[in-house]
Amino acid sequence: MSEIKIKIENLYKIFGPRARQYTNKVKGGIDKDELLAKYNHVLGLDDINLDIKEQSIQVVMGLSGSGKSTLIRHINRLIEPTEGTVLVDGEDITKLNKADLLEFRRNKTGMVFQRFALFPHHNILDNVQFGLSIKNLDKSESKDKAMYWIEKVGLTGFENKFPNQLSGGMQQRVGLARALAIDPDILLMDEAFSALDPLIRTDMQDQLLDLQKNLKKTIIFITHDLDEALRLGDRIAILNGGKLVQDGIAEEILLNPADDYVSNFVKDVNRIKVLKIGSIMNADGNKNESNPSVMIDESIENCLPAMLESESGLNVVDSEKNFVGVISKNNIAEILRKSKD
Amino acid sequence: MNLIEFFTSFPEMSAESLRLFKKSVDGAYRNFSAKYGDAIEAVFDPVLYFLVWFEKLLHNSPWPLVIFALLGLVYLGSRSIYLTIGSLFAFLFIGYFGMWDDTMSTVSIIGVCTALTIGFGIPVGILMSGSDRARAMITPILDVMQTMPSFVYLIPVVMLLGIGKIPGLLAVIIYAIPPVIRLTDLGIREVNKEVLEAADAFGANRMQKLFRVQLPLALPTIFAGINQTIMMALAMVVIASMIGVKGLGQPVLKAITNQYFTMGLLNGLAIVALAIIFDRVSQSYGKRMQQHRAGANE
Repeated sequence: MSEIKIKIENLYKIFGPRARQYTNKVKGGIDKDELLAKYNHVLGLDDINLDIKEQSIQVVMGLSGSGKSTLIRHINRLIEPTEGTVLVDGEDITKLNKADLLEFRRNKTGMVFQRFALFPHHNILDNVQFGLSIKNLDKSESKDKAMYWIEKVGLTGFENKFPNQLSGGMQQRVGLARALAIDPDILLMDEAFSALDPLIRTDMQDQLLDLQKNLKKTIIFITHDLDEALRLGDRIAILNGGKLVQDGIAEEILLNPADDYVSNFVKDVNRIKVLKIGSIMNADGNKNESNPSVMIDESIENCLPAMLESESGLNVVDSEKNFVGVISKNNIAEILRKSKD
Repeated sequence: MNLIEFFTSFPEMSAESLRLFKKSVDGAYRNFSAKYGDAIEAVFDPVLYFLVWFEKLLHNSPWPLVIFALLGLVYLGSRSIYLTIGSLFAFLFIGYFGMWDDTMSTVSIIGVCTALTIGFGIPVGILMSGSDRARAMITPILDVMQTMPSFVYLIPVVMLLGIGKIPGLLAVIIYAIPPVIRLTDLGIREVNKEVLEAADAFGANRMQKLFRVQLPLALPTIFAGINQTIMMALAMVVIASMIGVKGLGQPVLKAITNQYFTMGLLNGLAIVALAIIFDRVSQSYGKRMQQHRAGANE
């Protein structure tokens, strides 16, 4: 349906002075701990292959040290790969020369940082304008754009304040506005909401989803928080020790974890809340006219009351009200039993 | 027996060879200065012209006008009415006790020195901050400049350029420039790495990073260096007067050699007054440049 925006192929990153010598060792199956113990080099990324679709939110998650921040920095080449390619719109950005790389960063990517990384000596307006002023955009035009984004993130009236006069949540709104002001195709968010307290974090997630409805950017969102990943991600990639262990939609990750690491990761997730009817319904079932209907993309939680009242289950319909399957208490019980194992 | 002698007296070079060594180095340097002294002096001519012009300007302008201009600078720098009034009394005291001309000479040489150290020191500091190799090379030179007794490097400077304003200026600059270089380097290196990464992520090139992020954020530290430099330049005023620099140092020198206590004290106090004014003005100017650090409780 939609095109591949970013294609990461056979990407390796080893940190250390003689990184290139050890790529073959890594390809030969040596792991992160062994590389560090034997050769004193740190394995950042190990053979990453990932396709990121245009206009989607791709979440990359993993524990700290799993390589997720390293991976996101390869997309705007803040970190040089040891081996492999990163294609953006078909162009290999690992081959760009210095000037082209600057142009690429100025126009194609916006980045939001975990600890905001605002410029403390600039007021909010100048912070949001930073990317535009780097491009030497006309002053009044750049001010108009910056004011538009300040308004979009709800900070009108704060444009003359300095970052340290704002709360963490507000500072990250500035960070988001600064990244969006250059109108990039790709938005790189490196644990962008991790430093915020839970209520503000949910707020910011809502705001991001809201903005994304109209913006349709390609967003790469790094997080270590599974709830956040499930909430935001169209697809979720899971990294462990620099390796990509699984990439899929939320349901795939929850229902078919690729290995113990992933199942450990997802074991505490409230499946009733996250899973959609569509992923557990019985598509071969027959329609029962006396039963109420539920939408296919409804969460299980939201149709529990109707489910408990009905004797034989519910009819599942798609967005055009066509019958697509049935769902019964047994389907739900099965999911709950699976997650207990 | 020979062994005991070896341990009790240092096996030094013979007096004859040492004499020869000193003589040949001195001779080589004398030849060098005879050959290139004029050319090197010519290099400094523009500085000399400016220094003379500036000193004459301060001397020849009507004193109320000079005081007014100086107080204007004090107020612009410090935005403090108390400091401005204090400075007015200091200048009146200096003039009343007959030290006006010497003070103006000192102000002019300190002013030119400060301008030159900033103009030369900040670029060197930037160079140092950008390369560990440059830092490793420049740091020992700065150590020598700060610890070598000033009289020692005055000898070759005087041999080369004779006695006068320029050698004095060089002596002051050599002594006073290290802090501004060191603190420029430190200030730039201290800039938050995450903020720099953000600048990189938005495609800033080296110059944009330097002028829009690194230097502005390093400015308070750089200003601490400039402040130190001015203080050290003032401290050199007396030594510089030994090689013919006019100013408050000369009467102090005279007072030392002739044991004129009051004369020494008055001129010493004038130097202190200048130091306090320079210090307070440059400090509060530096402080105003970091308003953004004022905090959220505004």
